[in-house]
Amino acid sequence: MEKSSTRRQDALNLEPAILELRHIGKAYSSAGDGRQVLTDLSYTLRVGEYVAIMGESGVGKSTLLNLIAGLDVPDTGEILIDGITLSSLDDDAATRLRRREFGFIFQAFHVLPHLTLSQNIALPLLLNDIPAGGTEHMLDAVGLTGRGHHFPRHLSGGELQRVAIARALVHRPKLILADEPTGNLDPDTAHDILMLMRREIKANSASGIIVTHSHAAAATADRVLVLTKDGLHPFVAERDVDLPKQNK
Amino acid sequence: MSWRNKSMLARWLLSGEWQAHRVQSGVAVIAIALGVALGFAIHLINTAAFNEFSAAARSLSGESDLEVRGPQATIDESIYPLLAEQEDVELANPVLELDVALPNHSKERKDATLKILGLDIFRASVMAPDLIGIPAEDKLFDVLADDAIFLSPAAMEWLGVKQGDTLNLSVGTRKVALRVAGGLRRARAGQRIGVMDIATAQWRFHRLGQLSRVELKLLPGTDKAAFKAQLEQELEPQNQYLVAEPTTRETRVANMSRAYRVNLNVLAMVALFTGTFLVFSTQALSIVRRRHQFALLRVLGFTRKQMLGQVLWEGAILGCVGSLLGLTLGYATATSALHYFGGDLGGGFFPGIKPVMHFDPVAAMVFFILGVGITLLGSAAPAWEAARALPAPALKSGSEDTALAKLENPWPGLLFLASGILFTRLPPIFDLPIFGYLAVAQLLTGGIILMPPLSALIFTAVFRMVQHASHARPVLTTALARLANAPNQAAIALGGILASFTLMVAMAIMVASFRVSVDDWLRHILPADLYVETAASGDTRGLTPDEMKALAETPGLVRVDFFRSSKLMLDPSRPNITLIARPIDISEPGNTLPLTGESIPVAQLPKGAIPIWVSEPMMDLYGYTLGKHVTLPIAIPARTFIVAGVWRDYGRQFGAIQMRLADYQALTDDQLVNDAALWLEQGVAPEQVIESMRQLPFGNALKFSDPGQIRALSLNIFDRSFAVTYLLEGVAIIIGLLGVAASFSAQALARIKEFGMLRHIGMTRRQILGMLAIEGGLLTALGVLLGFVLGGCISLILVFIVNPQSFHWTMQLSLPWESLLSVALTLMFLAAFTAVASGRHAVSGNPERAVREDW
Repeated sequence: MEKSSTRRQDALNLEPAILELRHIGKAYSSAGDGRQVLTDLSYTLRVGEYVAIMGESGVGKSTLLNLIAGLDVPDTGEILIDGITLSSLDDDAATRLRRREFGFIFQAFHVLPHLTLSQNIALPLLLNDIPAGGTEHMLDAVGLTGRGHHFPRHLSGGELQRVAIARALVHRPKLILADEPTGNLDPDTAHDILMLMRREIKANSASGIIVTHSHAAAATADRVLVLTKDGLHPFVAERDVDLPKQNK
Repeated sequence: MSWRNKSMLARWLLSGEWQAHRVQSGVAVIAIALGVALGFAIHLINTAAFNEFSAAARSLSGESDLEVRGPQATIDESIYPLLAEQEDVELANPVLELDVALPNHSKERKDATLKILGLDIFRASVMAPDLIGIPAEDKLFDVLADDAIFLSPAAMEWLGVKQGDTLNLSVGTRKVALRVAGGLRRARAGQRIGVMDIATAQWRFHRLGQLSRVELKLLPGTDKAAFKAQLEQELEPQNQYLVAEPTTRETRVANMSRAYRVNLNVLAMVALFTGTFLVFSTQALSIVRRRHQFALLRVLGFTRKQMLGQVLWEGAILGCVGSLLGLTLGYATATSALHYFGGDLGGGFFPGIKPVMHFDPVAAMVFFILGVGITLLGSAAPAWEAARALPAPALKSGSEDTALAKLENPWPGLLFLASGILFTRLPPIFDLPIFGYLAVAQLLTGGIILMPPLSALIFTAVFRMVQHASHARPVLTTALARLANAPNQAAIALGGILASFTLMVAMAIMVASFRVSVDDWLRHILPADLYVETAASGDTRGLTPDEMKALAETPGLVRVDFFRSSKLMLDPSRPNITLIARPIDISEPGNTLPLTGESIPVAQLPKGAIPIWVSEPMMDLYGYTLGKHVTLPIAIPARTFIVAGVWRDYGRQFGAIQMRLADYQALTDDQLVNDAALWLEQGVAPEQVIESMRQLPFGNALKFSDPGQIRALSLNIFDRSFAVTYLLEGVAIIIGLLGVAASFSAQALARIKEFGMLRHIGMTRRQILGMLAIEGGLLTALGVLLGFVLGGCISLILVFIVNPQSFHWTMQLSLPWESLLSVALTLMFLAAFTAVASGRHAVSGNPERAVREDW
C-alpha cells in the first residue's frame, strides 16, 4: 500500500499546479489586538490531487480556504489559481474565477431552502451560462434519482450534503473546497458522503482540498497535511489513517 | 451571464422567497398599494373637481378676449358705451353677475346662493351662446321678459323647479318671484346657474345702473397686450377699473384652492412615506434573514453588482405590483368618491359641482414611478448591505446583527435633523411651504435613523438597572437583554409605526391647536347675545336704513352694531378680499377685533388718516404692514388709509380688511348693511327680542342665530373639513401596524432556534410569548415616546411654518393630551398583541427540531 501510495504521489507530482500558495501571511485584528493566523505559508496543489488539511481549532484552516477561494485577502504573499494571481483580480473578476473554477461544500450544507433540489444544483450552471440540463445526471450520481422537484425541507442531513456535492461538481470545476463536510453528520452517513465526494472528484478529474478534524475524513484524501503555526506539514502517521472508520 | 439565465435565476430566487414569506411580501405590496391609491385618488378627485370648477368659471366668460371690472362688486354702467365704442373692440358684452340668496329653508340650501347672470341677449348670443336661455316655443320673447329666469338643468334639479314654475329669491328682506321660463342652451353637468335679461336683473335685484363687468371681444389682428395697456391708461379714474384676461379668472380659481389641494396631496403622501419605511424594514429584515443565502450565492459566483441588482429587482417588482394595484384601487376610490360625495373633499372649495372622472395617464405614470421609486428607495440600503457583506463571515451563524451594525451610527440621523432645522428657516416658494414640508420629512427621517442607537442606549441603561434589581424576573431580563444587545432588527421594525405615529401626533397637535384657536377666535368675534341677518351669504342680502332703524328701536336692546361686508378685488389674479365695515372703538380696537399684536394707538395716528385693521393674509399676500399707508379703491377718488392693526381671521383665507362703519359710509354712498349684532338688556331673553322683531313688517325675512349656534356650526364645518385628514392618518397608522406585524413575524421566524434553545433550558411557551410581548410593548413604548418628541417638533413646523405659509394665518399651540395618550396606549397594546400573535407560530414547533444542527 505504501508503494502504491508513493507511486501515485510521484505521478501527481508530474501534473501542473492548480493552486500555488506563496509565503501567505494573514492576521486578524480586533480592537487593536492583532492575532497572526497564517505565517509564511507555501504549498502547491497539483491537478487531480485531493488533500486533506487537519489542525487544531483556530489554527486557520477555514481562513486558508477563504483565502484560496478569494473570499478573503492575504496580508502577505500571493495565491495563484491555475496560474492566475488572485491579488491581481478585483472583486468581480475574483468572483467570476470562483464561479468557474471552484466548487464548495460546507459543514452546514448551505442549500437554498426555497429552491428545489434541481434548482439548487443548477445554480452554478446558470451562473456560468451553461444549459441547466445536467442536474438529473448529478442527482443520479449522488443517489437522489428522481427527487429533483423536492425541496430541501424534505431531506435528511446526509441527503442535503449529497445535494451540496452535486452542486459543487455540476459545472466541472477544477478545484473543490470542502470545509468540514461531515461535521454535522453521523459516522455512517459521513463515510458514505466522503466516499461519494472522493469518487465524484476523481470522476470529474478535479482537485480537492478538504478541511477537517476527522481522521476518518482525512483518510479519504490522497494526502493528509497538518496546518500548524509553522505552516503545512505532512501528517506523520499517514498509514494509521488508512482505515476510515477506525480512527473517528 | 446570459439574459435568459439571469432572468431564470432571478425568477427562482424571487418565487421561492415570496412563496415562503407571502405575508411579509403581501404586507409590503399592500402598503405601497394603499399609499399609491390614496395619493392617486386624491389627485384625481382634486384635479377633476378643479378642472370642472375652472371650466364652469371659464364658461361664464364665453369667448371674450378681455374683461373690464371694478375692484368692488359692481361698476357704473356708464363705462359700457365707452368700451363698446373703442376702435379695436368688435363686441362689448355687459354682464351683471350676482350670487342671490335663496329664501328656502331646506337644510341643504340653507346657506347656499344661486349664481345669476344678467345678460344682454343680443350680445351674449355672440359672446357666450351657450348661456342663452331657451324659451317655450310659444313664448319666444321670454328672453327679454321682466319676470323670467332660465335655469341650468342642475339648478332646476337642485331647486326642485321646472319650466313654468315660480322661483322665489331673497333680495334684502324682500322676496322676488321669478318665472322659470326654460333651460339653457348648454351648461356643464352640475353647474347651477340662472340667466336672465340684464335690465330685469338690474331692476329686480336693486342694481340699477350697475354692472359686474364688461366683456370685450377684440377685432381680429388687434394686439391684445397693447390694447389692454392703453385701456388701463385711458380709463378714469385710475385704480377704479381692472382690465384682465379671462385666463386671470382661472389663475384666481387656481389660487383659491391651491394651498388646500397641495396640503391634501402632501397628506396623502404621508401614507406613501410610511410605506417607504415599511418596505425598508421588510426588505432589511428579509435580507438579514437571508444573509446566509446571499453569502452562499456570493461564494458560488454572484458578483456584488448582481447581488445589488437582485435585491433591487425584488424591490422593483414589489413596487410595480403595489403601484399597479394602488392605481387600480385609487381610480376605483376616486370614481366612487366623486359619484357619492362629489368633488368637494371637505375644504368647501368645490361645492355642488359634478366633476367627470378622467383617467389621467400622466398622473398615473407619476404615481407609478413614485410607488416603484419609494420601494427602490426602501430597498436601496438593504441591497447595498447585501452586496457589500463579506461572504465568509456572513456564512457563519450569529452574523445577523452585524448586518445592521451601521444603523447604530447616529451621525446620519443627526445630519438629517440639522438639515431639517435649517429648512425651517427658509421662506416659502410660490406661496407654498415647500421647505416646511421638506423640514418635516428630514426630521422624520432623522428621527427614524436615530431609533437604533437610541434603542441601544436606552435599553442598555434599563437592562443594567433591572440586572441590579434584587428580584429581576427572567422573562423581563431576557427581553431586555435582547433589546439592549441586538436592538437594530427590532428598531427597524418600528420604522413604519414611528413614521405614522409621529405624523399622527404632529397632525393631532396641529388640528387641536387650530380648533382651539378657531374656538377662541369665534368667542372673540361673537361677543353679542344675538345676531341677525337676511341670508347667510350672497350679494343680495342686506338691510335698508329704515329697517336698521326699526331693528335698533326694538325693546330690550342695549346696543346694536351693524355690519357691512362687501367684496373687493385688489389683484385680478387673486381671489377677492372682504371689506367689513362695523363700529370699532378706535381707542380700544382689541375689544372688537382679535388682534394678533401691537396696534397703533389713536394718539399716534396721523391727523386725518383713516385707520383700517387688516387680517394676517393681507400681510403675506399684499405686503401690508403695521403703519403702512395703503390705497383702497372704495371711493372716488381712491382714498389712502393707514394699517392700524393686524387681526386673526380664520374665516377668510384670502384676506379681509375691517374699518369703521362711519368711515365707510362717509366715503361711499353705500348705506346698506348686511348683518346686525344685538346686545340684550339684562334679564331679557333672546326669544323675547326675536318675537318682537318677527312682528316687524320684514320680520319673516330675518334669520336669528345665537353665538353658540354659530360656533357649533363653524366647528362642525371645521371638523368636516378635517375628516379626510383623519381618514388619511388612520390609513398611515394601519400601514404602520402592518409593518410591525410583518417585521415581528419575520423576526419571530428568524428566531425559531433561539426559542427552541430557550424551551430546552426550561422556559415555558407562555414565558416566551410573554418575552415577545414585553419586547413588542417596550419597543413600541420607545417608539411612542420618540413619536411624541418628534411629532411635537413637527407640529411646531406645521403650526408656525406650514400653516402661516399655506393659509396665512397663525394659531396658538394646544396639546390634545388625552386623545394622544389613548392612541399611544392602544398602539402599544396592538403592537404587543401583534408581537405575540407573530411569535405564536414560531414557538408552536418542536423545540428539539428547532435547535437541531446535526442530522
